Amino acid sequence: MISIIDYGMGNIHAFRNMYARLNIEVRFARTVEDVADSSKLILPGVGGFDDAMLCLERSGLRPALEEAALVQGKPLLGVCVGMQMLARSSEEGRRPGLGWVPGTVKRFSMPSLELPHMGWNDVVPQQTGGLFRGMADDARFYFLHSYYFECDDAKQVLAITNYGADYASAVACRNIYGVQFHPEKSHHWGSQLLRNFAEL
Amino acid sequence: MLRPRIIPCLLVRNKGLVKTVGFKDGKYVGDPINAVRIFNEKEADELMIVDIDATAKSQEPDLGMIKKWAAECRMPLCYGGGVHSVSQAKTIIGLGVEKVAISSAAIANPKLIAEIAGEVGNQSVIVVLDVRRNKSGGYEVFTHNGMRATGQEPGDLVQEFQNLGAGEIVVNCIDRDGTMQGYDIELARRMRGAARVPMTFLGGAGSLDDMRVLFSEFGVMGAAAGSLFVFKGIYKAVLINYPSPGGKDQLIREALRI
Repeated sequence: MISIIDYGMGNIHAFRNMYARLNIEVRFARTVEDVADSSKLILPGVGGFDDAMLCLERSGLRPALEEAALVQGKPLLGVCVGMQMLARSSEEGRRPGLGWVPGTVKRFSMPSLELPHMGWNDVVPQQTGGLFRGMADDARFYFLHSYYFECDDAKQVLAITNYGADYASAVACRNIYGVQFHPEKSHHWGSQLLRNFAEL
Repeated sequence: MLRPRIIPCLLVRNKGLVKTVGFKDGKYVGDPINAVRIFNEKEADELMIVDIDATAKSQEPDLGMIKKWAAECRMPLCYGGGVHSVSQAKTIIGLGVEKVAISSAAIANPKLIAEIAGEVGNQSVIVVLDVRRNKSGGYEVFTHNGMRATGQEPGDLVQEFQNLGAGEIVVNCIDRDGTMQGYDIELARRMRGAARVPMTFLGGAGSLDDMRVLFSEFGVMGAAAGSLFVFKGIYKAVLINYPSPGGKDQLIREALRI
């Protein structure tokens, strides 16, 4: 079963509702046993990077997530700050990230840009199939962030979005995925992406 | 390309939806959850829901209602009304709301903006400025449903609040509220020049053409409306509506000339 990690950060209910409409069973994972008993994992996140890392550490779920994602190779999807947590570090905070996708999180630095990057923007997949399977070339998603993921390896960029410049709005490293936008709040495009994750 | 946002703004009083004119005479227009479901189907860009009695009557935000809206909402949700503390803002974000709007509390205590931003991230802190034109042709910010003058000039507050970490400024024109006469473009011009954060304009939209004018003058920003999306026709029959995806794309293409 797909589990949405409930560590006190992120809109877990919105994910559950999207999946309920798709008739796909999901549950909230709150214990080590819940995580161990999952086939796929969603790591949501809103707010600040350090706060999110601290909440995850305090939840006690990190070792179980490492076992599931890094050892057993279960698909894991990080969303928004949940994606940024996959990096080694972030300019937003001082705590180290999980380091599961090689890269760092940086602040948009062009002075002319309004921050946060807020609203609906195009997402251009760099690979066919997978998370973006069946998506027309007008895929667009809702963004709300001031920091972005910079991959060490361009081959791990799954999709790009332009805000001042092109950046990675989705990344993938083996079984670990991250999306900067909010699929749980992105209407039929988000629904399709969450269905695709369920069917990976 | 980042798109301009077209945002229905719903006003809540006693758990029902109302629509005001000049911040007065709230007319009952239906049930909030029903409206959320319709805007889901119409794939609205975002939704803003404001409890207009909470601050004026010193009531706490109705967390039970907010939780239901957030769970139902398949688009980003902004909640405003009665929020005056960091812990409230954190709780509301925890219910699945993307953005929390503060207004009178931020004007009374601007540091609150930085404190909330520190907890939930500045992308989730929205400041709403209710603005009225004064006799000398300038503009002044009001609170408590337009009843209390603050003596503050909105442009100054935009600067101050974005420096404190506000992630978006919503400028609400009291004079145009519910009139459907079009946005106050002069006000928009003054505010837009002051902002480096995303800005949303509210108050006066009577047609999609009013939104097109706003985007063509000021580029990518938010255009919010109440009456436009809850009334239909000259007799203002209640009918929740929103432009089709194709209609919205065409409006944006024309406005931005792309």
